[in-house]
Formats: sequence, structure tokens, C-alpha cells
Amino acid sequence: MTSEFREKLEEALFPPFVALLVALICGDLLIMSYGQSPSSVYRLLIEGTWGNAYGFGQVLYKTTTLAFTGLAVSLGIRAGLFNVGAESQLAAGGFLAALVGLALSPAIPGFVAIPLCMIAAAAGGAVVGAIPGYLRVRFGAHEVIVTIMLNFVVLALLNWFIANHLHVPETLHTPEIRAGVVPRLSQYIPAFHGSAANLTIILALIVAALVWFGLFRTRRGYELRAVGLQPDAAEYGGVNVGGIWFRALTTSGAIAGLGGINYVLGYKHYYEDGFAGGSGFLGIAVALVGRNHPVGVILAALFFATLSQGGLAIHAFVPKQMVEVLQGVVILAVAMSVPEVRQALRLARKPAKA
Amino acid sequence: MTASPQQQTAQPGAIISMQRIDKSFGPVQANRDASLQVMPGEIHALVGENGAGKSTLMRILGGLMKPDGGMVEVNGRDVTGWSTNEAIDAGIGVVHQHFMLVPTLTVAENIVLGHEPLKNGMFDAARAIADVTALSSETGLAVSPARKISELSVGEAQRVEILKTLFRGAKILVLDEPTAVLSPPEVKELWTVLRRLRDAGGTIVLITHRLDEVMDLSDTITVMRAGRTIERLKTSATNPAEIARAMVGRDVALMSREAAAFGEVPAVGADRVYPPNDFSAALEVTDLVVTGARNTRVVDGVTFAIQPGEILGIAGVEGNGQTELIEAIAGLRKSVTGNIRIAGHDITDADVAERREAGLSHIPEDRHRRGLILDYSIADNLLLGLQSEFSRKGVLDADRIADNAQTMIESFDIRPPSPELPARALSGGNQQKVVIAREMGQDFTVLLASQPTRGVDVGAIEFIHDRLRAARAANKAILLVSAELNEVLALADRVAVMYRGRFAVVMPASEATEDVLGEYMIGTRKVSAA
Repeated sequence: MTSEFREKLEEALFPPFVALLVALICGDLLIMSYGQSPSSVYRLLIEGTWGNAYGFGQVLYKTTTLAFTGLAVSLGIRAGLFNVGAESQLAAGGFLAALVGLALSPAIPGFVAIPLCMIAAAAGGAVVGAIPGYLRVRFGAHEVIVTIMLNFVVLALLNWFIANHLHVPETLHTPEIRAGVVPRLSQYIPAFHGSAANLTIILALIVAALVWFGLFRTRRGYELRAVGLQPDAAEYGGVNVGGIWFRALTTSGAIAGLGGINYVLGYKHYYEDGFAGGSGFLGIAVALVGRNHPVGVILAALFFATLSQGGLAIHAFVPKQMVEVLQGVVILAVAMSVPEVRQALRLARKPAKA
Repeated sequence: MTASPQQQTAQPGAIISMQRIDKSFGPVQANRDASLQVMPGEIHALVGENGAGKSTLMRILGGLMKPDGGMVEVNGRDVTGWSTNEAIDAGIGVVHQHFMLVPTLTVAENIVLGHEPLKNGMFDAARAIADVTALSSETGLAVSPARKISELSVGEAQRVEILKTLFRGAKILVLDEPTAVLSPPEVKELWTVLRRLRDAGGTIVLITHRLDEVMDLSDTITVMRAGRTIERLKTSATNPAEIARAMVGRDVALMSREAAAFGEVPAVGADRVYPPNDFSAALEVTDLVVTGARNTRVVDGVTFAIQPGEILGIAGVEGNGQTELIEAIAGLRKSVTGNIRIAGHDITDADVAERREAGLSHIPEDRHRRGLILDYSIADNLLLGLQSEFSRKGVLDADRIADNAQTMIESFDIRPPSPELPARALSGGNQQKVVIAREMGQDFTVLLASQPTRGVDVGAIEFIHDRLRAARAANKAILLVSAELNEVLALADRVAVMYRGRFAVVMPASEATEDVLGEYMIGTRKVSAA
């Protein structure tokens, strides 16, 4: 039992570690190609992120959005579905949250207004997720195609709505929201002053815990994972495969939509066109590196947030784009090395057992 | 009968000589010590049940796979482990069960694909059509070169596949289950074409598990079972019963211990007393029709009833509708017409979960696809289909799941006894025990047992047979489908033979013998006694 647990832990941790090592070596080569010393650039990257309270606050803020989109994508993958639509689900969630926040009177206390905005955010994402879910179940339309295309449709619709109906002149954002604003962390820990980190991160951790509980402790989670692993066996076990697909994509959209709270109500207090900024797509990488496990997703979100914030810290020495290249290398390294490393790990164990 | 050691030796003058071929996929051994000797200018039938290793052997011949061991010779040249291109160059053309055609291109475009005629560096469509028309009239394979593949019937598409291989200069044609998707007139046409190709000097290897086709068409037969070559027979010097015995019959080494297990059973069915009418039937199936691909009636009007405490065994060569019948009863496949009742309750339109609630248990024929979630632990697999019963308000009851796993592992002797081990890590026999524990370890009225002992070792076979007998003693109704005739005979009270979607005969097991059943199985006897 304990040795099995240790083996599982090794299989979970060792492959990403190897992937990181590969990425690190590639990073060294990249940095050296710019004539810089890798150690000093990495030191700068760490100092700019985990080294001071402001930088760390920014990392936490970015982690929050990525945690939502990463959890959303990972839930889909667990059901055997590839949700590429987290980007527009995130935007739709933020948009609906902003609408509700604007509609509510500023006099309404936060403990009423914030949950209302959260419901709106989840509903916005859920609707965008439900459409590919329905099309998949009803017509067999592949969710990858539909979610990709829906990104264009939804983002363009939101852009049109903001640009024509709801923007402050000379900008592409809504007026300031006064109801349902989520407090910044700096209100409780002054050192975070100036950083965007806010209490939405607590919501992200709660959602991660709920996803974990839902996946591994409930009947629906059992069925969902069964559908993802072997749809034929799930069908044999009396599971309504189409129903699970629809629910999984809808829930996935809702989680991504909740992520919109972080920017709209936690940071800027308005909805701005294009705020998602690729976080939905990066969520795919987060889910992949986090091995579709809620704990892994949170850690991966933290990692990618660090890279993203760190890019700002080092761009005096190497181009910021280098960090983006590094992100790509991490994703590739994980995608390629995880199965290989796991295989090698199992092979290495075999003689010990025999 | 040919003695087995001689099969290993190469026949002089053989055009294809495959010797001592081994091939495994992970823990599954698809070919072990398999051999094949094909003479030039003959139609050679490679027969055996699903999973006997025929297709793997042909994939090795066609260069799609490399063998783990053994030697492949074509025209006397050692070509072991060659590539598909080398195989095509050497004149081997494989017509796959699933067509490899581009549906949006025309017949002519598909046939010349990879060898397109060019004019000024551009594709010469007129030349392609002319070439294909010439080849078509030369071989007698009638096709319309300008039509699109998507507009063709299956029979026509298959002709295109054959022409494609001939266009590339194939002298040896390998056809993988070519009749599986054809209607009877299309089969006749195909036979004519194949005979003509043989008479023109071509060599044909035909993979099939239908004995009537084998007798009808082939010159020589190689029988495979469980990855091994069992027999090599001259068609003119054998009969369907002999082939059937080699195909589904028992392995000699296995036989002695199995017979001991069967020996304990007194003449089953002989002195059993049934209730006088069907009012108390546990399972009633009436006029059930199931359609397969291309609207063929794979189950064609089947009616039967099983009483509590009775085992109805279904024998038959695989592919005669047994799978579809079981899936229709289990709710995994839609029936077109007909009625299914469990203990009087109509479940014809019920979903899988509702059927389970009504008292249906199901040991599926393919445990890797249906019966188990291979990455789930033993404990989690023991609740597949029962997940509602093992949860309270939607939350899984971890304590009861653990208790259940412990109980099942003990009473069904699942080894190793570690509930957290993934099902993937278990041996075939123990995987099947997990399925059987789940399906028989709880209360049920009717059990569908489809190939319950497929791919499990002798010890597990005995264990599973004992369980089935115990369930009958406990007044359960069991529908048993097995490719092993002796298994059906040993366990069933009544035996039905399924042939081309119908029950060819239903008789008490006491009156059934392998020879009689064998004749119904291959369609040489066709009395409907039901």
C-alpha cells in the first residue's frame, strides 16, 4: 500500500521534473545565445517574482486566472473532451459579471453582490461551454472545432457590444463597477501594495478542491472519468455518455467563466475588451503540465504565472519573448517526455520486483 | 490429419512461406509459432475465430508489422521484417476489411493513387480512366471509373480495392474477411472474380471464419487458433466438421484437465423438470430484430424464453449475430422490432441502467473494451454499473466500496489481492474474475454470459464454470454464449445454434452432440425446431 503510494507519487512528480530540467537546459542555451549569463538571468527572474512582495503578488494574480482556465481544460480532458474554448468562456464570464456589477446598486453589501456576480460569471462561461457540449451530443460535432470557432464568435460579439454600447469614450472598457468588488490582498497584507493579487485566489483554491472532490469522490466524477478513459465500458456500466459530455463541457465553461472575476472585479473593476489575453489558451498548457489533477494544475498555474511575470523582470537583458519561447519549450518537453519518462521509470522498477 | 511437427517445415515450391512466427502486443500473444505455406496459383483459406491471429499474420506478410521471431519468405527470398513498400513491390496486395479509399475521389483516381499517369507534369485524368477501364475489362472486375467512391455500394468499393492492388502489379492477393460486409449476390460475384484471378495464375489468401465460404472456394486451408497454426488441410480431402473441430475444438493439452472438470457434471438437462408454461420465464425475447451496417438483419427474428434455474447455451460460429443479440438484450444496441421482458417486466425501451435495476447482469464478451476500465483500480471496477448503489446523495461511499472490494477479492479469489491495483496489471483470468465478481456477486435475475472463459487459464475456467452452475442452482436464469462447443454442452440445459441471425435449432443439451451442432453451425442442416 505505502509502496504503491510512493510509486504513484514518483510517477506524478518525476516526469514533470525531468521536463523542467530539459526546459532549463534549453533556456540556458537561449540565454547564452544572447550573450548573457544564465545564472544571473535566472537570479533576476526569481528576484522579480518570488523575491519581493509586489512581484509575488503579481504572480499570485496571474496564477489565479490560469488556475481557473487550467481547471476548466483539465475537467474536459478527464471526460475525454478537449475544450479549446476557455479563452472565450473566460471573457464571457468576465463580461456577465461586469454587467451584473454595473446593474447592482453600490449600496448592496459585498456578501450579496459578490455571489451574484460569481453566479453571473459562471453562467456566462457555462453558456459558451454548453453550446459545443450540445452540438457534440446532438450532432456529433467535434468539440475542438466548435470551441475554436466559438472563440472567434464570442470574442467578436463581446467586442462589438463593448465598442457600441458600453464603453467609456476613448477606451474599450466599461465604466467602473462599484458593486461586487473583490478586495485586494494588500488590504490585509500591506506588503502586497500595488499588486493585482486579490481574494479571487481563495475562490480558485475552493474551486480546485471542489473539482478534486467532484472527480474522485462523487458518483458523477466516477462516471465522468470512466467516460474519459473508456466510453464503451462506461456505456456498459449504465452511464449516459452524452449526458456526461454535455455536463462536463458546461461545467468546464462555468469554471473558466468564474476566472473572469479575477480581472473584472478583483483587479481593474471594469470589463475591458481582450482582457483574457491568451490565459484561456495557456490554460491548456497548465492542464497538460499539471497532469489534469487539481493539485498539479494549481502548481502548474503557479509555474506559468512565475514565467510570465518573470519575463517582465528580465527583459532588460533578454527579450521578453524569450520567456514565451521557454513556455513553449516546457509544454513540448512535458508532452514528449512524460510518457517516455514514465515508461523508463516502470522499466527501472521491474528488475527490483522480480 | 496432418501431424503438427510437419507444418513447421517449408513446402517446396511455396510462394509464401512463413515459419515459426511470434508476435505479441504487450501481454497479448497474437501469434505464437505460427506458420503458413501457400503454393503459387492456389486459393488458400486462412481460417480461425476472431482473435486467432489471422490478421496479425497477414499484417506481418504485408509489411505493416515486424514479427518478434520467425522467418518470412516470398518467392524463396527471405523478406522477414520488410516494409509495406517492399511488399507491394514484391507483388503482395492486401485488401483490408476496412477499405482504404478516398471517398471524395473517383474510382480511377483512387486506383492510380501513388502511380498517377502524368502529362506535362500534370495529372492525366483521361489516361487514368483509360488505364482503369482496360484493367477492368481484362480482369472482369466491373467498375465505373468516373464515379466517386462515396457513391458506390460496398461490393463495388471492394472491387475498387482489388483493382487498386492489381494496378500496382499484385500477384499475391490477401483478402481480410472480404464477405463480412457483402450481400449474398455480391459474394457470388466476388467468388467468380477470385476464381478467374487464380486461373490467370494469381495466388489468393483469403481470411475468413465462415466455413461454407472455405469449402466453396479454397484449394488449401490453414486453421489458426489462439495464435497458433493448428492444421493445414487440402479442401478436397476434408469436411466442415473437421475444420470446425480444429477451429473451435479443444486444445489437446488443455483437454485432460478440462474434461475432468466437465466430468463431474451428470447428464445435464436430462432429468430436469421445467415449469409447464412460460408465465414464470425470467427472460423472454420475442421476435427480436437487430440491424447492422448497411441495414443487414444481423439478428433476424429471434424468440426464446429462459426459466429461473436454467442455462440456455447459444452455440454458433462467431459473426452469426450472437454479439448483437446479447448487446440488444443488454441495452447497448437498439433493436428494430421485438420485445424483451425480464420476469414479466417489459425492458425493450429501457436504458442500460434501468435494465440493471430490473435484475439483468452481463458478462460482456470483450472485457478490455466493455467489461473493465483498465486504468481503474480493482475496487473501482467492482462498482462499474453499481455506482448508484455505492453512493449516498451522489457521494461515493468509500467504506462500503472498500468492504465490497475486500469481500469480492476473497470470495472470487482475485489475485493479487490488492484492491488499489489497476485492472490493467492483472492477468486475463483475474481480470475476468473481477468482471464475474461484479456481475454475479450481487443479486440478479438474469445473467448474460458472453464468452465467459475466453482467454483465461484452466484453473479460472473451472472456477467460472462452478460459479455458473451455482447460480443455476440458486434459481438464476443464464444466457450463455460461447465459441467453445464443449463449454456450451457442459453447462447448458438447452442449446440453441445461431446461424445467420436466426436460431437454426433449439434442443435439450442431453440430445445434442458436437457433430449435430456442428452441422447446424455451418448451415448444412437447417431444421428450425424452435
